[in-house]
Amino acid sequence: MELTGAEIVVRCLAEEGVEFVFGYPGGAVLNIYDEIFKQDKFKHVLVRHEQAAAHAADGYARATGRTGVALVTSGPGATNAVTGIATAYMDSIPLVVISGQVPTPAIGMDAFQEVDMVGITRPCVKHNFLVKDVKDIAETIRKAFYIASTGRPGPVVVDIPKDVTQHKAEFSYPKSVKMRSYNPVTKGHPGQVKRAVQMLLEAKRPMLYTGGGVVLSNAAEELTQFARLLGFPVTSTLMGLGGYPAGDPQFTGMLGMHGTYEANMAMQHCDVLVAIGARFDDRVIGNPEHFFQDGRRIIHIDIDPASIAKRVKVDVPIVGSVKEVLAEMVKLVRAGKERPDPAALKTWWTQIELWRSRDCMKYDRDSSLIKPQYVIEKMHEITRGEAYVTSDVGQHQMWAAQYYKFDQPRHWINSGGLGTMGFGLPAAMGVQFAHPEATVACITGEGSIQMNIQELATCKQFNLPLKVILLNNRYLGMVRQWQEFFYGNRYSESYMDALPDFVKLAESYGHVGMRIEQPGDVEGALKEAFALKERLVFMNFITDQTENVYPMIPAGKGLNEMILV
Amino acid sequence: MRHIISLLMENEAGALSRVAGLFSARGYNIESLTVAPTEDETLSRMTIVTRGSDDVIEQITKQLNKLIDVVKVVDLSEAGHIERELMLVKVRAEDGLREEMKRMSDIFRGRIIDVTDKTYTIELTGAGHKLDAFLEALDKGAILETVRTGASGIGRGDRILKS
Repeated sequence: MELTGAEIVVRCLAEEGVEFVFGYPGGAVLNIYDEIFKQDKFKHVLVRHEQAAAHAADGYARATGRTGVALVTSGPGATNAVTGIATAYMDSIPLVVISGQVPTPAIGMDAFQEVDMVGITRPCVKHNFLVKDVKDIAETIRKAFYIASTGRPGPVVVDIPKDVTQHKAEFSYPKSVKMRSYNPVTKGHPGQVKRAVQMLLEAKRPMLYTGGGVVLSNAAEELTQFARLLGFPVTSTLMGLGGYPAGDPQFTGMLGMHGTYEANMAMQHCDVLVAIGARFDDRVIGNPEHFFQDGRRIIHIDIDPASIAKRVKVDVPIVGSVKEVLAEMVKLVRAGKERPDPAALKTWWTQIELWRSRDCMKYDRDSSLIKPQYVIEKMHEITRGEAYVTSDVGQHQMWAAQYYKFDQPRHWINSGGLGTMGFGLPAAMGVQFAHPEATVACITGEGSIQMNIQELATCKQFNLPLKVILLNNRYLGMVRQWQEFFYGNRYSESYMDALPDFVKLAESYGHVGMRIEQPGDVEGALKEAFALKERLVFMNFITDQTENVYPMIPAGKGLNEMILV
Repeated sequence: MRHIISLLMENEAGALSRVAGLFSARGYNIESLTVAPTEDETLSRMTIVTRGSDDVIEQITKQLNKLIDVVKVVDLSEAGHIERELMLVKVRAEDGLREEMKRMSDIFRGRIIDVTDKTYTIELTGAGHKLDAFLEALDKGAILETVRTGASGIGRGDRILKS
């Protein structure tokens, strides 16, 4: 039987086992929305801005490992989604974004709500398609999900003109996809894996530098086995947190611009460095020239060959899925008798403990003002470290990463690569849909939260009991911090004036609002909020305006050039 | 270093702009780019002449390989290869210049493919430097118009780029 293009779209999503579509209707997608109305295979979540649709789909994907789906209309609907698409692209998150397009004959005519979506998104998608023939819809959507979720994952846009959703074609969903131009590898080259293991066994000062690839390839278990088997120190990037339990003594904390002293020093002074699903980006190693260390050998495991040898030279490149390569390495180590030199390792650990004893994350616990770090520590305690935590971008994001000790993967959800303010709240919605019973918190700032605050309405409509932890210092804190350190205290446009009464704002959306001004009230308020299982609670913590994120490596410097508190 | 990169890609709308966009977005340099469908019309073959250090060229080939539409990439400069470029030059061919232009065209093994009483259009094929040499050998004032295709390249001997 022949189906319309719109029916085919909806059937394809059902075939892919999609649970949620985050979207916003409009002219070019009316046919698709009409079919959504008639079906019950997946739930449509009406957001209040298309950017939030992409972020919510993204949050869902990060929390589950499944592909998130967003649906937007042509023109402004599509462009509003672009920030969300770019966010997912930078962090390698699998998304399929379906955008409406003006009817085929109107393309190129500057039609109402027309924009070249394929052109606009080309630099920030893994791939994109314009479907010009109804007969191609099913195969294109099948390919879109395949491309988004395999290899190094990423967003895929499928742009569908309105007339194509009206036309009819026979529907059959392709069982499998084969593309001669796209065949991602998963298994590491056996010779290289063997070389790497040998190098590791001979290491005197080894270091495991783990990134988002560990989380994306579901390799937390393999990583933990691998690290414990060898007894090596582990650090993680912002994106990799939770890939290795933060509570474990082998974990040296996050590295990079706001990483711990011990992790950054160990990175710089190790003799064998294993980069596992991480890409040596500027916020992690700073300046590659400063990072260079004579005699240090580097093993790099990544599914994306283009990420290897991009910023630093590598001695043993291994292209493959982190999960498979680590499993293979564990097998090789177990099969052999050789173990790393225990005396050398002991000396190395003594050095690391010495660095650790610097206690680089200490802060003033007797302050009469609420310290943001304290809020996160208490929140960690009260949620027993089990919450899913999303964040926006800025100081609060760094404090969340530093002080909420993530023990499980896919629990820390933030925009690392693009650094998108406004990500946290919609992403938290996606997480809560994925895990309706779980505690989901959004740690945010008063700047970031205002960038997608309209989503409080979506939260109300779908009864999402999120906990919004607003660390309100009345400043764009990270901007303020840079202005303090590098711009002679000239706080140009970083003061957040005319803030709304967040308690009333939350209440007007139908939620619970709280304002906390005293350090002594923090714990009680958090307990009360997290006990309200059925309600969204918006907690406005009035924090110390002058608190900075430490340690800090100034941009362009090396890992051993940290500013410490 | 100058490199000549050859690639096969799906002959689909937008494939060219993905390659061109990649070069501009990542700040790679394109000296010339030629593209046309192959004997298998579902595939296009592209030749890109670029310059960069070994690290940059490695990144270029990796990033090109990463494009979903790209089937195969090879850096032809890594081994024996042949490159050719076609140029059409319209020159003044009046009175005294007429004989001179014909002679120059013959010397460079060009062919005159269009004639008026005042102009010749000369077709010349060869490696880029040969075309450059021809233009340099001509009196600048005699050149009315030039158009060049950019280099196309192919590996020598058994070296074959196939899907």
